[in-house]
Amino acid sequence: MGEHRHTATIDAGESDTFAYLCTGCPLGCRLEVDVVDGDVIEVRGFSCKKGERYGAQEHTDPRRAVSTTVWLVGGPVERLPVRAAEPVPKDAVLSLVRELHGLEVHAPVEVGQTIATDVAGTGIDVIATRAVQPKEQLPVAG
Amino acid sequence: MPVTAATRHLDDRYQVTIVGAGPAGLAAAVAAREQGAERILLVDRDAEPGGILRQCIHSGFGLQAFSEDVTGPEYAHRFVERVLERDVDVLTDAYVTDVSRDLRVKLMSPSTGVTSVETGGVVLSTGARERTRAQIRIPGERPAGVMTAGLAQKMVNLHGYLPGQRVVILGSGDIGLIMARRLILEGVEVLGVFELLPHPSGLGRNVVQCLDDFGIPLHLSTTVIDIHGHDRVERVTVAPVDEERRPLTDQAWDIPCDTVLLSVGLIPDGELARQLHLSLDQRTGGPVVTSTYETSLPGVFSAGNNLHINDLADWVSQEANVAGAAAADVALGRVRARQDVAVTPGTNVRYVVPHTLSTDLTQTVSFRVKEPIYGDTILRVGEAHRRKVRAVVPAEMVTIKLGPKVLESFAGETLRVDAIPAAAADDLAAAGDDEQ
Repeated sequence: MGEHRHTATIDAGESDTFAYLCTGCPLGCRLEVDVVDGDVIEVRGFSCKKGERYGAQEHTDPRRAVSTTVWLVGGPVERLPVRAAEPVPKDAVLSLVRELHGLEVHAPVEVGQTIATDVAGTGIDVIATRAVQPKEQLPVAG
Repeated sequence: MPVTAATRHLDDRYQVTIVGAGPAGLAAAVAAREQGAERILLVDRDAEPGGILRQCIHSGFGLQAFSEDVTGPEYAHRFVERVLERDVDVLTDAYVTDVSRDLRVKLMSPSTGVTSVETGGVVLSTGARERTRAQIRIPGERPAGVMTAGLAQKMVNLHGYLPGQRVVILGSGDIGLIMARRLILEGVEVLGVFELLPHPSGLGRNVVQCLDDFGIPLHLSTTVIDIHGHDRVERVTVAPVDEERRPLTDQAWDIPCDTVLLSVGLIPDGELARQLHLSLDQRTGGPVVTSTYETSLPGVFSAGNNLHINDLADWVSQEANVAGAAAADVALGRVRARQDVAVTPGTNVRYVVPHTLSTDLTQTVSFRVKEPIYGDTILRVGEAHRRKVRAVVPAEMVTIKLGPKVLESFAGETLRVDAIPAAAADDLAAAGDDEQ
């Protein structure tokens, strides 16, 4: 993972302040998170409760929604969209996605179907986000 | 429940015909049915319904429509299920080639050949196109490897091709930011995102989660001034720009790369609108519409990115709910809403949609600001309505709901929509008081 946006400032040897941009909504509040001995003491700069929670979470255990695609055999397109069933620790995002490289899934597929379990040792499953029916079973309406 | 359906037999007559089965068309079909239309035709040129949602595999959809954060394909799936449950005829692999002024829709597809259907109402939900290299006039050679971000998204997410190995992205629109992350996850090197403006065009959360998370540099006030390579892109020249957006060529530098992705904006897909000689709004690039999104040709409606560029699929679906229901009303011979108030963009407002309002309806006014205001901002719709918000940015569309109570005393008037810093609004109010 790359550089983080925060800059630490040592405040008289007592607390560190970290800066984050809240991603909860398009407003993008600039949050300041005060930390003493690894514990979040105060979050400032938020406009709503969600922002306050995000600041603390982003400092202690940043997580991300993760989507990618895998090979699809027997479908109308070559790739099947999938996502992690729950937010993934930020530092595990790349390894989770890379473990899915080369994976092939055969039609039919249901939305929400589990495609892989405990991916990259995260304990997190990966599920399909679209349904695929074998071509010959396409229903005819009208 | 099946998730795709192919209609092979068409009726001669439909109450409502919808062109384009993306987030707008799908929602319009459901709404038309709920409003009482029984014969509805939904046409799409792709092999499956869903539109661009099918390639938007990331989350961030559905917070308005489902109160839940879902991915694009999941959002499409839910709407397609609703459409099929309502017995809508879905014709895929089909092009609408013309709509006559008496609402005969000409179309062609491998299953139907060239044919036409009569219809009581039409909804244009054809979405948008991406601005291309030709439209922003980047000088240089014309090698392979220069493409729009959305095309790269289609290649990667639907068909499993990578656009290249070393990628430069021009423009910081949301699609470009999302593709930067997508390509990194697929093992492609993303060398940087270059934005002409001094601020990102996309949403802040995408800058953080798509660029900062992966250490991809974002160069603001910087642009691509040359593309080199005979058969394939070999390198680009980038340069910072001054306040008038003129490149400072003495500070230019070269970046070796094999691909340039463009994320420089969307334009409403106006082929049919132009063919029908609809009145167009030069600011949005889409049709001029009433409060129910009816265009200048009675019975023809427009919703979603075909009308103006939205930043959320959820807003698109909400517009299409109104347009689909109103198309059903027209087809069923119901009385139209009065269009007795005009709205027009005022201070710091780029455009306003719709163009007229009704004193007998509750409707949504959507607009976009020209310049960002960070801090308390007053949004004004003439003297009818005023709202204070914390900030406004061009990347985020603003919506205000206005009902009969608010509008009733403004029949026959034109309301200006303004977005101004709260302090300036107070000054204006004080000045107004002095005059009286």
